[in-house]
Parts: sequence; structure tokens; C-alpha cells
Amino acid sequence: MKERGVMRSNSLLGLSFLLMVAALYLVFVYVPTEKEMGIVQRIFYLMVPMGWLALLSFLIVFIGSILYLRKRESRWDILAHSSAEVGIVFTTLALITGAIWAKPIWGVWWTWEPRLTATLVLWLIYLAYLMVRSFATEESRGARFAAVVGIIGFIDIPIVALATTLWRGMHPGAVIFEGGLAPSMLLTLLVSIAAFTALYFCLLGRRIGLREVEAEIKKLSQD
Amino acid sequence: MENLGYLFAAFTIVWAVIFGYVFSLSRRQRHLWRELDSLKETMRGKGQD
Repeated sequence: MKERGVMRSNSLLGLSFLLMVAALYLVFVYVPTEKEMGIVQRIFYLMVPMGWLALLSFLIVFIGSILYLRKRESRWDILAHSSAEVGIVFTTLALITGAIWAKPIWGVWWTWEPRLTATLVLWLIYLAYLMVRSFATEESRGARFAAVVGIIGFIDIPIVALATTLWRGMHPGAVIFEGGLAPSMLLTLLVSIAAFTALYFCLLGRRIGLREVEAEIKKLSQD
Repeated sequence: MENLGYLFAAFTIVWAVIFGYVFSLSRRQRHLWRELDSLKETMRGKGQD
């Protein structure tokens, strides 16, 4: 069973590596340079996958938290906690790459624009989730409180996704879904999203493995 | 090639953070395996007493 898990993890890592090489080729060689923004627009192929993974990981936190509160099985808590930790890494990167892109285009590193503000709020919510976990004196209590934060915090996800439609900000509208991207740009973006999604699942698998070893140690210490 | 520095910074930071996180996971894993092994060793010792 464990061997199958390792094999699956290695295949995912291999797939992630191949997709990452393909994504780098597409970003730096294949895709044409955008006319208005120039070469800096290529940050788009990094920032959008980071933003997508921020949303995906917190969707998994939300699902894991609901299942934990309903079933009280530790595997759901382990899934939610691991996804929150990996998710905060990608949300941090989405904010950093966004700021690096904003500086040459908007002239500022940061602006209190609806989508940026909602993403920062998301980052703070999940930082709170991780802090609730680490400060809880009792494991099950921390898991319960964190699950509540994970569920309530998810309210911010549709706000982040719809921010550009609901409020007028500096962010461009839904260019990806409304066909505003050239086919070569769309292909590059999709390959980049696939590569980073495969990497996310690799990291999630490793983090879950760590939590399982932690649980085993705790169990052995109590025996 | 204007703004090449921003592009370089974005890619460097993303990969540095990802590698840093992978490194921290590996370090935690090594530490936990050591702890688990020593715990198992202690329990085996207690079982023999």
C-alpha cells in the first residue's frame, strides 16, 4: 500500500517536472511578446497559476473542514491543514508576483484595488487558520476551531473570483473566460496551470505524509 | 527588453520560495523519522525489560 503511494507520488513528480519544462519552453520561447506591456507580461503565466492554486487549496480546506466537522475523522483534518499550509505558500507567491507585475504597469507595488484587497484578506484568513492550529493546547480543539475558520474563510473565495465583475478596479476583467487571449497565450497559460497544479498535489502529498508521521509519533508517545 | 529585471525577479522569487518550502518539508521529514525511530527503539527496549 505504502509502495503504491510512493510510486504514485514519484509519477506525479515526474509529470510535474515534464509539464514544468514544457511550460518554461512555452513562456520563454513559444509565446509571442504582448504588444502593450512587453516582456513583463510573461509574469501573467506565473501569477495566474499561483492565484488558481490559492483558490483550489482553500476549496480543499473548505471541503476537508466540513467533512471533519461531520465525521470527526482525523484524515479530513490532516487534508485541510496540509492544504492550508501549501495554499498559503501559493497565495503569498500570487501576492508577490502580482506586486512585481503591478510596479512597471500601474507604477505602484500595491494598491487597495478590490481583487488585491480580497486576496490579501484571504491570505490573512488562512494565516489565522494556521495560527489557531499552532496555538491550540488541545489537538482536537484546535482542529475544530480551525475547521470553523476554514469554512467561514471560504466566503472570501467567490469575492476574490468575482471582484473584477462586482466592482470596478484596475484589474482587467475576465479576459481568460471571455476569449480575450490569443490561442498561443491560452495554451501557454493552460500548460503552466497544469504544471503548477501537479506540483501542488506533490507538495500536498508530502505534507500529508508528514502529518501522518506526526500522528504516529503522538500515538506511540501516548501508549 | 525593458522591464526584464521584473520578469527575472518574479521567476527567481517563485522558484526560491518553492525550493525553500520543499527543503523545509524534507528537513521536517528527516527530523520526524529520527524521532519515530528513537521512539520505536525505546519501546523495544521497554518490551525486553
